[in-house]
Amino acid sequence: MSAPQTDAPAARTGDRRPGELTARELARWAWRQITSMRTALVLLLLLALAAIPGSVIPQADVDALAVTRWKDEHPKLTPIYERLDLFSVYSSPWFSAIYLLLVLSLVGCIIPRLVVYYRALRAQPPAAPRRLTRLPVHATYAADQAPGEVLDRARAVLGRRHRLRASAAGDDFVAAERGHLREAGNLVFHLSLLVVLAGVAMGGLWGYQGGVILVQGTTFSNSLTQYDDFKPGGLFRTSQLKNFRFSVDEFSVDWLEEGPRFGQARKFQADLTYRVGDGPERDYDLKVNHPLEIDGTDVFLIGHGYAPVITVRDGNGDVACTGPTVFLPRDASFLSYGVVKCPAAKPGQIGLDGLFFPTFDMRDGNPVTVFGDDRNPTLSMLAYTGDLGLDDGRAQSVYVLDKADATPITDADGKPMRIDLQPGDTVELPDGLGSVTFERVEPWIRVQISQTPGKGIALAGVILALIGLCGSLFIRPRRVWVRAVPADAGGSHVEVAVLDRSGNADTDEVLAALLDQLQKESP
Amino acid sequence: MSNTAWETLSNQAVATAGIVYFLALVAYLAEWAALRQPAAERVPATAGAGAGDAAAPAAGAPPVASSRRDRVDFLGRLGLLLTAIAALAHLVALVGRGMAADPNRVPWGNMYEFTLSGTFVVALLYLVLYRRFALGWMGPLVVGFVVATLMVAVIWLYDAVAPLTEALNSPWLVIHVVSAVIATGAFTLGGIASIVYLVRMRAERRARAAGRELGGWLGRVPQLDALDRLAYRVHAFAFPVWTFAVLITGPIWAHEAWSRYWNWDPKEVWAFITWVVYAGYLHARATAGWKGRKAAVLALVGMGTLWFNFIGINYFSTTSQHAYAAERVVDATTGDVAELGVVRTSSVVGP
Repeated sequence: MSAPQTDAPAARTGDRRPGELTARELARWAWRQITSMRTALVLLLLLALAAIPGSVIPQADVDALAVTRWKDEHPKLTPIYERLDLFSVYSSPWFSAIYLLLVLSLVGCIIPRLVVYYRALRAQPPAAPRRLTRLPVHATYAADQAPGEVLDRARAVLGRRHRLRASAAGDDFVAAERGHLREAGNLVFHLSLLVVLAGVAMGGLWGYQGGVILVQGTTFSNSLTQYDDFKPGGLFRTSQLKNFRFSVDEFSVDWLEEGPRFGQARKFQADLTYRVGDGPERDYDLKVNHPLEIDGTDVFLIGHGYAPVITVRDGNGDVACTGPTVFLPRDASFLSYGVVKCPAAKPGQIGLDGLFFPTFDMRDGNPVTVFGDDRNPTLSMLAYTGDLGLDDGRAQSVYVLDKADATPITDADGKPMRIDLQPGDTVELPDGLGSVTFERVEPWIRVQISQTPGKGIALAGVILALIGLCGSLFIRPRRVWVRAVPADAGGSHVEVAVLDRSGNADTDEVLAALLDQLQKESP
Repeated sequence: MSNTAWETLSNQAVATAGIVYFLALVAYLAEWAALRQPAAERVPATAGAGAGDAAAPAAGAPPVASSRRDRVDFLGRLGLLLTAIAALAHLVALVGRGMAADPNRVPWGNMYEFTLSGTFVVALLYLVLYRRFALGWMGPLVVGFVVATLMVAVIWLYDAVAPLTEALNSPWLVIHVVSAVIATGAFTLGGIASIVYLVRMRAERRARAAGRELGGWLGRVPQLDALDRLAYRVHAFAFPVWTFAVLITGPIWAHEAWSRYWNWDPKEVWAFITWVVYAGYLHARATAGWKGRKAAVLALVGMGTLWFNFIGINYFSTTSQHAYAAERVVDATTGDVAELGVVRTSSVVGP
């Protein structure tokens, strides 16, 4: 803290208490601290430390469901964690503060170095120090040739891979330098990090991710209302949505029927027909690791499941509701849960909820699904009648049945009536409420549709950074001096010194190789 | 050969590799023990002790010491030979894993196979760099590490051969895993050099306090500054490879498979932490002039995060997309739109 104070003119510091700084001095002091190498290092290690909580505590951006569960299990810790932003570490103020300070430190460090580098590029290699033998890595030898010849030889040897200092009359030395690109690599590396950050920020601000479940045979056209969920960046505008549509013609899966991963699904493939604007129709096989890119928007296949086609007829025999109903898998066996709501049914609303078994079987008296493929599709549901809570305009999840004001439909024994159906089956509901028919099963896929502007910039930034990094690590900046003076006994006395500026090179070997070359043709 | 035959071959080859690595370790330890000679006989050998490589035979040494040196040399060569044989069996085990799968694939489908590959690269890099950097002294440590990690793999991580999960089924698997595993192997060798640096420094200080020469195995280890430089070089090689693996190929692949190029998945977080720590290591060396002890400690922190990321994080986090086990499916009753079947990706905000 004392350094800037001593810099300040004494006149202005006259009436100040010791240690007090003017705003300008304080700013300068702060700037120096931030741009110091030590601070950069501390910030870097702090960044590593700060990233740890996000890998242990569930993150809302990564897995909102896990966060909900965690909060339920830890009611006491939750408010503390929420205050500390521990459920969104990577967008929290404290994490941002660390990397923004790091960026500031980086900029403050790099700009002066750019200037220094620019000057160094134009400068000549420095003249030889007066006494080369004082340098840590040096050698001397006696040559038979005259000093001029020795220096010519040195110029020829060094000139191939070094920049030489223009020799002035009366110089008794050759000064050579190489490895300027090391610092260039270093600068490129640091500047590229800014490019990466800019690319990532663009994705966060102007990008979006949306998800939608599409039953086989349906069509998606890209507008906001069509998405099941939509997460836009801060500056996203609806006009960014590209005008395209696609339909899911067919979805196929391979199921492993043997081996340790029995029952695992593979080779997911959705055959799409897509169309951009009024352009021609095209086909695409959407697969994992094989996304569809339409006009800067990416479409990914990220999930699949079953949608039984269920038709409910009401007491009058009219179709109250029909169509594929998306059931959500509960586990890897594709045992799925779903809900049917028929508010239009007369005389009473009809609601169904229950399970879908892709390959139904009874094991030890328990209904189970033994395979993920729909080999023996079976529905097992309970029916409700009464008010399903759909009339008061409140938003309701399509995957939850509101049973608060509904009553279970019971069978003759007064027990809740279980409706077990296989494709083609129909069950009559008691009391003339209607009937339920299980027509067939359709597969559905879940696709993620997203725009990630700046991803190319980020990638280019990392690649540039890597190139710069390699330059800064593997290029050896080196200065070499050769001095030759006439020896008393004729010939010359030669001094050679090598200075490595990276501090990690084998200068001894370099010196040995150089001596070898210099003396090769001077026996 | 049938798939089961390949799988059996692979298992037998892992067992063989484990046993031979162990024999190599025994040979190295015997060499180590033979170096601990009584002080009276050590006098001639100390002339070469500081030379960095295996104690250079001093001319005119007494015959007793010379026969002992022969034994040391023989044990060292035996250890190297056994290491090479074990590495060969190790390679057979890897190839067998790939051939046992239907369809045939690269042997990088689960943690067992990743660990098998990672340890193989450690052993391979040791053998490749043996001559260039005179790594004879590193033998017991490298082989000890490989044996221990192989045991962890076989006991806790073993998994039967199975086809790749769909998300792994990509050409990026080869590029991403090869680069990540090479970087892991190299960082590990660099970390071992840093450990030896710290041990030797301590031993030197003690020896100086006791007024005696540094003897035994540690006497044969390169000088401190040579160790420091070796550690730096290996780290400097590994860091760009690691950058390529986790910041270039990883995001490109993640974007194709999971729809987001960076998702703060626990594995990604720890890869990032590892990257930052090693960046700090290189930064500290380049600018703050950290050398020797401080740098070595930082390198060890890096090795800790590296191997924690490789194996440990899978036990701490169940939500990782890098879990490679059965894919997670969401409980539908919560009313959340599920993310299912294929791969898990980012969660979802209700409409």
